[in-house]
Amino acid sequence: MSSSPTRPDDGRLGSPFPHRHLTGIAGLQPHEIAFLLDEAEQWVQLNRGTAKHDDRLAGLTLINAFFENSTRTLLSFEIAGKRLGADVVNMAVAQSSVKKGETLIDTAITLNAMRADMIVIRHDSSGAVQLIADKVDCPVLNAGDGRHEHPTQALLDALTIRRRKGRIEGLVVAICGDVLHSRVARSNILSLTALGAEVRVVGPPTLLPPQIERMGVTRFTDFDAGLDGADVVMMLRLQRERMAGGFVPSLREYHALYGLTYDRLAKAAPDALVMHPGPMNRGVEIASDVADDLERSAITEQVEMGVAVRMACLDVLTRARRGVAGW
Amino acid sequence: MVSALAITGGRVVTPQGLVEGGVLVRDGRIAAVGGFDLPGDVERIDARGALIAPGLIDVGVFAIDKPAFVAGGITRAVLMPDQGGIDTVPLVQHAAAAGKPKVWVHPLAAATRGLKGEELAEIGLMARDGACGVATGRGWIADSGVMYRLLGYAGALGLRTVVHAEDGDLAGNAVMTDGETATRLGLAAAPAEAEALAVARDLLLVEATGAPLHIRQVTTARALDLIRAAKKKGLPVSCGITPAHLFLSDIAVTGFRTFARLSPPLRDESDRQACLAGIADGTIDLICSGHDPHGPEAKRLPFIDAEPGMAGAETLLALSLALVRDGLVGVERLFDLLAGAPARLFGLPGGVIEAGAEADLLVVDSDAPWRIESDNMAAAAGNTPFDGLPVQGRVVRTIKGGVPIQ
Repeated sequence: MSSSPTRPDDGRLGSPFPHRHLTGIAGLQPHEIAFLLDEAEQWVQLNRGTAKHDDRLAGLTLINAFFENSTRTLLSFEIAGKRLGADVVNMAVAQSSVKKGETLIDTAITLNAMRADMIVIRHDSSGAVQLIADKVDCPVLNAGDGRHEHPTQALLDALTIRRRKGRIEGLVVAICGDVLHSRVARSNILSLTALGAEVRVVGPPTLLPPQIERMGVTRFTDFDAGLDGADVVMMLRLQRERMAGGFVPSLREYHALYGLTYDRLAKAAPDALVMHPGPMNRGVEIASDVADDLERSAITEQVEMGVAVRMACLDVLTRARRGVAGW
Repeated sequence: MVSALAITGGRVVTPQGLVEGGVLVRDGRIAAVGGFDLPGDVERIDARGALIAPGLIDVGVFAIDKPAFVAGGITRAVLMPDQGGIDTVPLVQHAAAAGKPKVWVHPLAAATRGLKGEELAEIGLMARDGACGVATGRGWIADSGVMYRLLGYAGALGLRTVVHAEDGDLAGNAVMTDGETATRLGLAAAPAEAEALAVARDLLLVEATGAPLHIRQVTTARALDLIRAAKKKGLPVSCGITPAHLFLSDIAVTGFRTFARLSPPLRDESDRQACLAGIADGTIDLICSGHDPHGPEAKRLPFIDAEPGMAGAETLLALSLALVRDGLVGVERLFDLLAGAPARLFGLPGGVIEAGAEADLLVVDSDAPWRIESDNMAAAAGNTPFDGLPVQGRVVRTIKGGVPIQ
């Protein structure tokens, strides 16, 4: 069973990425995920040079419609669009003014009428991005919808792992912390299991979703057991703003039981890679010295890969529109 | 006014089973069933071999939607108090008059003022003016003390209390049942036990008060087990279910389909199977539509913002007939679920074909094929989770109080 797959578009069957939108990792084939990662590599190189510019999206308009606050993802998409030569417009929609959905549909129709060529959307409701994607003519990229998916985060994480470890297949990846409220966790579970990793979810029982095992992962409530022998330790942000229900007794206790310190990290494989999607709660889910350890932590590299992956997605999803041969 | 009406050439659904022949109606009541001599002054309807069945009685609708009721063969609807908050006498009188003559609406009185679950509403006065029972509305009554006093008070007036069985604290802001689908979609979910918890408490209070209770929708194996045991003990408890919970599981929500956002939410496959077993063994007393039409402004929204509920009135009969085709129940039991039991439980006329009963009758072509289409419904809105499903069974004629209306 797959949830809201990106729907194949009839005109693109036979291309290496036969999808009109990127609303989630669900619905993507492993080779399609790998294709996006391969495409991103060239942009890593470009971004590391001095002339960080390509004009393949010149004349196209990218609208970043963020219905939920974001700094880094918005910035990352903006830079990605600009480096490819697109005209980038950011629309920060205050949650108070666009609260209920008919307005959301209206917003989608409005964006469509402005003839955007790509729309990047973040929204705090699961499924909201698909709702908009169904109403517009141009490619839609999901920059995070509620607890559902955050596909470009999963792609940048996969790219980071692949570059640091040389592979993904066969690695043991422990995704730790607030899995329940995390779209990052869901997208990563889908992509990493598709690419052949052994994925564990580790956290307090109150923050692990029911039947998460059905997504092909192993569930651990004991942090040390979950970390045992792991090749990658992916820490999640403890969503303090979503803690109203009292899922954990205190931040202090959370750090003591589930915070990543060097002592904890010693349970993982000797060369285990530490990751975090950011922004970090230092001293809560991760200790500062671990986060800042350039040997072990790939956290800044994740940010770097984010721009490259988003450039790849914007390029690939607009190829049909730009008349690229074979698309 | 036709003084006599004869429906002939059909298969009559009686409590004892199918009877070849017809039904003779005089002065709005059933005068004869099966074979009878045709009087001279009679108006005749030829059933052409179709079923002649009692008009459906739909317990717990949320809107007075006459076109949908007529299309669905519903001749009496028991109205929930939520719409407009039926917690005063004038509102009861207004609701009771609203559907006539084609559909008779029997309002349920709000159990508590404003359905807030705090203070008893004027149940006795509302009952005197036509309320056929009391209801807690879309939510449950969290305060066990209020629930205890409500049951005692309503029971003493001879009124059945209709409850929504979901522990509000455990359900919280959930929009789905815990499970793989909710986890994949990233939607807030609650354990299915929220239902059994509420049922367990209310059954204990029924035992304490002796008052009759109707659980509007039971959707889980655990709750059905509790009700089965309570019935064995002889407690005056009854329960209903909608076709949605009999034919769909939570997988139907996949793709964030808001038409499948229901309250209680769709359950997992094992609970669905338990519900079918509950129909087969008689634990479930009745099938209702839960009719709750919502237009796009309430449904074309992110899933968590969409209103729960489905437009079910016109699909109730066709979907339920599948239970007969699947061999789960006989046709006479099906019409007890759809008409007989509702009439008995809420003291309403009709619901059964026997001499002397109110002549609310349907002629049903139980094989007629059609397709449920959201865009092509008689209801006030087309929010059905069964959109696109081919079904069989259509109402050909409806006779309300002896008068053909369709």
